[in-house]
Amino acid sequence: MSRTPRLLTLWCPDWPVAALDLDPDEPAAVLVGEDVFACSRAARAEGVRRGLRRREAQRRCPEIRIVERDEAAEARAFEPVVNALEAVCPTVEVSRPGLCALPTKGPARYFGGDEALVHVVAEATHDAYRIGIADGRFASALAARRGIVVPQGKSAAFLAPLPVDLLGRPALVDLFARLGLRTLGDVAALPSRQVASRFGAEGIAAHRLARGLDEHLVASRATAREIVAEETLDPPAETVEQLAFVAKRLADTLAAELAAHVLGCARVLIEAETDNGEKRSRLWRYDGAFTAAAMAQRVRWQVAGWLEGPVAERPSTGVARLRLTPDEVHRGAGQQLRLFDDATGSVEADERAATVMARLQGLLGFDAVNLAVLSGGRGPAEWARLVPWGEPRPAPYDATPPWPGRLPAPHPTVIHDPVLPARVVDGSGADVLLDEHGVISVAPQRISVRGGRPVPIAAWAGPWPVQERWWDAAAHVSLARFQIVTADGVARLVATGEGRWWVEGTYD
Amino acid sequence: MALAEALVRPGTFAAPDVLPVAPPLDALFPYGGLARGSVVTVDSLTVALALLAATSAAGGWCAAAGLPDLGLAAAADADIDLQRFALVPAPGEQWAVAVATLLDGVGLVLARPPARLKASDARRLAARLRERRGVLLLSGGGAWPETTDLRIRLETSEWTGLSDGYGRLLRRRTGLVATGRGAAARERRVSAWLPA
Repeated sequence: MSRTPRLLTLWCPDWPVAALDLDPDEPAAVLVGEDVFACSRAARAEGVRRGLRRREAQRRCPEIRIVERDEAAEARAFEPVVNALEAVCPTVEVSRPGLCALPTKGPARYFGGDEALVHVVAEATHDAYRIGIADGRFASALAARRGIVVPQGKSAAFLAPLPVDLLGRPALVDLFARLGLRTLGDVAALPSRQVASRFGAEGIAAHRLARGLDEHLVASRATAREIVAEETLDPPAETVEQLAFVAKRLADTLAAELAAHVLGCARVLIEAETDNGEKRSRLWRYDGAFTAAAMAQRVRWQVAGWLEGPVAERPSTGVARLRLTPDEVHRGAGQQLRLFDDATGSVEADERAATVMARLQGLLGFDAVNLAVLSGGRGPAEWARLVPWGEPRPAPYDATPPWPGRLPAPHPTVIHDPVLPARVVDGSGADVLLDEHGVISVAPQRISVRGGRPVPIAAWAGPWPVQERWWDAAAHVSLARFQIVTADGVARLVATGEGRWWVEGTYD
Repeated sequence: MALAEALVRPGTFAAPDVLPVAPPLDALFPYGGLARGSVVTVDSLTVALALLAATSAAGGWCAAAGLPDLGLAAAADADIDLQRFALVPAPGEQWAVAVATLLDGVGLVLARPPARLKASDARRLAARLRERRGVLLLSGGGAWPETTDLRIRLETSEWTGLSDGYGRLLRRRTGLVATGRGAAARERRVSAWLPA
């Protein structure tokens, strides 16, 4: 009855290192630029981690072997694994070298159940990988990390106790954490409708994952199949470089076409053919929506695995046709191309900015460079969230409708995180308290922030009552916000609840 | 004196290239806008955001560095296009490098300097700024070890909309003072409603 496919995932930890085929006990690290991109278990035991600088890795582990990353080599090394899996099931989808999945429906029946299928796959791949089975891609990938088979219909239960950061969306996970949602089960328990209105498209996707469903509802495959990017090469291309050039053009065309239909593509079929009838086709999956660059990269991986892979399987002549077909699409392209059609903005300015932002990410880390997206929500911490540059940005939330208790503009220019503890007292020096009806019995006269000197209050307004965990009546917290201007001209957004006061924002 | 006035009046020669600033704040600047290549200190973030608005409205990019607590809803209130507002909230030790890199591709950078910025880093940044024709707005605290080209101070601030328990914050009447060096040596005063 569930339409979530049951999948077997095969995963090799640290593939960029594993692909080098070194002695497993040798500490080794693969670098991108000057940073560690992946390292072996032996290196990790010495304290080497992804993201470390080369020098720091060498300091922690002086005998470490350092290798520059070679993506084509990674793809080539994974090729025999995918070929072995294709003998078990023809529809293997590859996420990246080192990680792939196949639907279990046919093969499990053929081989006599999930456990038997795991056994067959393990044997075909020489027991070198971690294998897991579960309903849905997300649960299946996590099952593979643990090397287990999650029984049919039990994915949600398997996911429930796991931490939310597995969702891999830092901004959203951060917001969930602030709301007290710690496990995937907490997120799954939210009512769908509120998730949609409160967290937008990204929230819907996360909510689906947490419930053991796939990230997106798949739009009709027929729509997808109508959009194809294809090129005949004359003369045929003999090298990966030549094909990479064509791949980029095809990927750009396809991405533009998908954007025009407001579709995101999560799985693409890449086919390469020679004039002698040899063919290599492969399904590639991408979390979210493929960008043109990501698609072109998959083509490079695939043709490198074919043209430079095991000699016996190489084509006898050059590649004459290359075809990209979006195999699975969903509505509302997550990663929408920004179209520079407004009169004032200049494409060059946008490109210059994009270049420096990407450079900064190389320097400071992917999460260090962001754009902001306004989101709904009553509390200042929820008004905006940061999305790392290059990640799909959800559409900005229309801030006008229904956030009862939300204060209109102007908004504070400084949002305190953590909030600043405060004390608010009346004329006699007694604490001002919010009663169970959400009102204060006496006018506030002075405020002291972070244990500082009490300052006379010149004007104030409120309370604006808030119920933070609106979906959970049991966790109802009586909370209210006030705006307070002190005699020194400073305006603040303050909140109170459970006998405490704190400053959430300052109108600096 | 009359000749000198004529030489620096906007529209005549000798007027430097500026980034636009909407009235009435434009009156804070000798050439009616943020002089390219200059470092400007602004003590109020509300004023700083207002100074980004015209550049953002013209389709230009702005950035904020070292301001993890910046109210982004307030930035949107100030008419800054968040799609062209690069945020590097916590560059940490790499503050000077991050700002220098931003200036390569973003014309107007708002930043809070770290508590202890080396004078040599500040001078290098200022040189980069002149070369890239960008503008660096310093706000939100921190300290710049050199004298900046222009300093804008919020002298008075009177909020409207609030009374004892009623209403809500609407806007405030601010008194702003700008002083600097060169053409900006003469003190300029502006009274402005913020948000506009």
